[in-house]
Amino acid sequence: MFVLVFLGIIVALVVWVIASYNGLVGLRNQVQNGWRQIDVQLKRRHDLIPNLVNAVRGSMDFERDTLTAVMEARAKALTATGPADAAQKEGQLSQALGRLIAVAENYPTLKSNDNVRMLQEELTGTENKVGFARQFYNDIATKFNTAQQVFPTNIMAGSLGFKPAELFEITDDKERDVPTVDLSRH
Amino acid sequence: MNLYEQQASNRRRTWLIMFAFIAFLFLLGLGFDLFFLGSTVGFVPIGSLIALGVGSISAAFSYFTGDRAVLLATSARPIEELEATADEGERLKIRQLQNVVDEMAIAAGLPRPRVYVVPDPDPNAFATGRGPDHASLAVTRGLLDTLDREELQGVVAHEMSHIRNLDVRVMTIVAALVGAVALLSDWARRGMMWGGGGRRSDDDERGGGGAASIIFFVVWIVAILLAPIVAQMLAMMVSRKREYLADASGAELTRNPMGLARALEKIESAAAPTEMIKQGSAHLCIADPLGRSMNLKEGSWSDLFASHPPMAARIQALKAMAFQGEPHV
Repeated sequence: MFVLVFLGIIVALVVWVIASYNGLVGLRNQVQNGWRQIDVQLKRRHDLIPNLVNAVRGSMDFERDTLTAVMEARAKALTATGPADAAQKEGQLSQALGRLIAVAENYPTLKSNDNVRMLQEELTGTENKVGFARQFYNDIATKFNTAQQVFPTNIMAGSLGFKPAELFEITDDKERDVPTVDLSRH
Repeated sequence: MNLYEQQASNRRRTWLIMFAFIAFLFLLGLGFDLFFLGSTVGFVPIGSLIALGVGSISAAFSYFTGDRAVLLATSARPIEELEATADEGERLKIRQLQNVVDEMAIAAGLPRPRVYVVPDPDPNAFATGRGPDHASLAVTRGLLDTLDREELQGVVAHEMSHIRNLDVRVMTIVAALVGAVALLSDWARRGMMWGGGGRRSDDDERGGGGAASIIFFVVWIVAILLAPIVAQMLAMMVSRKREYLADASGAELTRNPMGLARALEKIESAAAPTEMIKQGSAHLCIADPLGRSMNLKEGSWSDLFASHPPMAARIQALKAMAFQGEPHV
C-alpha cells in the first residue's frame, strides 16, 4: 500500500515536471518568435529611412542637422545587440524621425507632394508596426517570466535552464518625451 | 473573460451547435420515415439517411465556401486588384488600409488576413472565414473615405479580434447550418404535401398509431416550421454578445479605445443602410448594415432579434475604458 502511494506521488511529480517543462518551452518559442517579429519590422524601418531622407533632402537643405541626426541614429541602431540595447538605440532613432516629420510639416511643398505623403504613411505604418511588435513581444515575454516565477514552477524553472526574457522597454526618460506626430489628419 | 476563455467558449459553442444540428437532422429524417414511408418489416431509415447525408454535405460545402460566397454577394474586390488601378490619392488610402491591417495582425500575433473593399458609400466592415489561417477582412469604400487613420485602426482591430477569438469560425458554421436547416425544412414541407396519401394508409395499418405517435408528429411539424427561425435567432444571439467582447479586445490591441469610439460615432451618424450587404451577412458586420431600429435599445424583444447591441452602449463602454465616460451621451 505504502509503495503504491509512493509510486503514485513519483508519477504525479514526473507528469507535473514534464507538463511545466513543455509549457515553458512553448512560451519560450513564442517569445523568440515575438523577438524575430520586432527584428523584421526594425529592418523594414532601416531600409525605409534612406528613401525618406532622399525624398525630403532637396526641399529641406538648410535643415541638414535634422537629416544627419536621422542617418546617424540609423547607423547606430544597425549595430544594436539584444533587446535592451536595441530598445535604447531604436528609441533614439524614433526620436530623430519624429523630429524630421515635425519639421517636414512646415514645408508646404513637402506636405502636398504625393510621394512624400506616401513615404510618411509608410513611416507611420512602420513606426506602428515596430510599436505593436514590441507590445506583442512584451506581453508574451511577461507571460513567460510570470510562468517561471510562480510557485511551484519557480523551484525547477532555473535548474531546467530557463532564464527570464528581457523586456523591450524604454529606459531613457528623455525618450519618453518623443513628440507625438499625428500624420493621420491632414 | 480573457482571450483563452473566449476561444474555449467558442469551441464549446461550436460542438454544441453541431450536436444540435445533427440531432435536428435525425429528428427530421426519423419523422419522415415514420409518417410518410411507414415503418414496416425490413425497415431502412431512408429518410434519416437522406437528411443526414444531404444536411452534412450541404453544411460542409457552405462551411468551406461560405467566406467566398459572402464576399461575392457583397461585390467585395481584393485590395491588390484595386491598388493596381488606383490613382495617386487613392493609392495612399489603400496603402494606409494595408498598413493598418498589418499593424493589427502583428499586435494580435496572427497571419495577415486577405483584405477586400466593398464598393458601398456607407461606412461598415466585416470579417469572415474559417479561422485565423483562412480569414478575410472587408471594409466599405465609405469607411475608407470617412475615417481617419486612428479610427480605421480601431475598426480593423475590432474585426481582427473577431478573427482571433474564433468568432468568424462560429459565424461561418452557424451560417452554413442555418442554410442547411432551411434547405431541409423546405424539402420536408414539400415532402408532406407529396406524401400525404402515404400517411393515411400508414395510420390504417397500425390502427391509429397511439397518442405518442401523434404527439411526436406535432413536435416534428413544429420543429420543421420553427427550425429556420430558431437557427436565425441563434445566429443573432451569438453575434450580439460577441460585439462587446470584440470592442474590448480590439481596444486591447490598439491600446486606444477612443479610436474605435470615434469610429463608431461616425458610422452611427452615417445611418444610411449599407446597400451591398444583405440580410444574410448582417451579423458579421461592425454595425448593423440594415439600420434597424431594434438595435437602438436593449430589452427582451431586441435581445431576440437584433444582431447588434445599441451603438450608444458600445460607445459608452469604450469611453469608460479610456476614462472619458460622460454621464450623458
